[in-house]
Amino acid sequence: MATVKIKYRDKEYEVNTGMTVRDAIKKIGLEPEAVLAVMNGQLVTDDTIIEEGMKIKLVAVVSGGLLPRSFALTGGER
Amino acid sequence: MKCRKCGGKAVLNMRQHKLALCGEHYLEWLPEQIERFIEKYKMFTRQEKVLVAVSGGKDSLGLWDILHRLGYHTEGLYIGLGIEQDYSDSSRRLSEQFAAERGLTLNIVDVEEKFGATIPELSVISNRGRGKPCSVCGLNKRYIMNRAALEGGFDALATGHNLDDEVAVLMQNTFNWAGGYLARQAPVLPAHDGLVRKTKPLCRIYEREMTAYCLVRGIEYIYEECPHAEGSSTIYYKEILNKMEGDRPGAKLQFYLSFLQAKESGLFANAEEKVDLHPCARCGQPTSAPGDCSFCRMWDKVKLVKKTVAPQPELVSMLA
Repeated sequence: MATVKIKYRDKEYEVNTGMTVRDAIKKIGLEPEAVLAVMNGQLVTDDTIIEEGMKIKLVAVVSGGLLPRSFALTGGER
Repeated sequence: MKCRKCGGKAVLNMRQHKLALCGEHYLEWLPEQIERFIEKYKMFTRQEKVLVAVSGGKDSLGLWDILHRLGYHTEGLYIGLGIEQDYSDSSRRLSEQFAAERGLTLNIVDVEEKFGATIPELSVISNRGRGKPCSVCGLNKRYIMNRAALEGGFDALATGHNLDDEVAVLMQNTFNWAGGYLARQAPVLPAHDGLVRKTKPLCRIYEREMTAYCLVRGIEYIYEECPHAEGSSTIYYKEILNKMEGDRPGAKLQFYLSFLQAKESGLFANAEEKVDLHPCARCGQPTSAPGDCSFCRMWDKVKLVKKTVAPQPELVSMLA
């Protein structure tokens, strides 16, 4: 069976053609809610069937360090 | 999957809304939603001046783009924190590029230029945050945002906190039964006692939706995470919440909306703590500390340790 490469951050994964993008995301151990798939430069929905020759990149959607537990105060809170 | 509006190829499927849209219709739909929330929560009007806090990331740049497209009167505020590994340099460059492309005004406050140390240096010198600069960073950003908004005569401050941010904080505060924090978490915090009105227009927008917006709209944003965010509790909670969302689409939104309803019905009314704020004896910013605020005291330590003649916080203008 043919395979295609999926790029995520600085890693590359190989998955079989014929499966959906959502299944491929799960197969490589990622959470489908936490990434978006870009195929040949276009954003695609995760029900897209992976076909031979496709170039797929996953974009992480999660960001964040320490978020304020509340915004009520400014620099002088303590 | 097809776009519900035109039948074309969808680029995003929002399972929580049972809605898939093509690029063109998504770029129309998202600003409409945000405008609806701005009006619903009475954040600001088109007659008011809004300061948008931008970090070079997807949420803040996406928000500024949307507010500009909707015709709100905005300026941006970028705070240079001096974060290593090229993080601050890249985020500043992207914020400047974004503003220049749209002919928007970006106010820049570089912490090192203004006060004589970067945030990571300040964190070490002030010995706060248990080896991580995040709490010092948050405190400085909140202080600078408030002071810059007041100095510039802005009616409101808008930040790019999205639904995932709100729900992660909500989960953390719920696990800790932090009643005071739960009572204060809201889409809008009205102005009072020297604090500018704070608004979160993206509070009902998924992080995934903001990423999709920037990708479709072609907004270049800083993709790499702040090097200090690794292992943060927020990311930990977001991962758990995304797992729940995967199993039950809409779980995050439901959690947040139920919380707002519970708050509205008075569930946290008794938890509200009356914080006695008064102006800092030196800079005049509101503080609950007696005498000088923690911002002024923190920067005093820098002057002692670095033996610099960094300007006094009370004498520095944020926007000059």
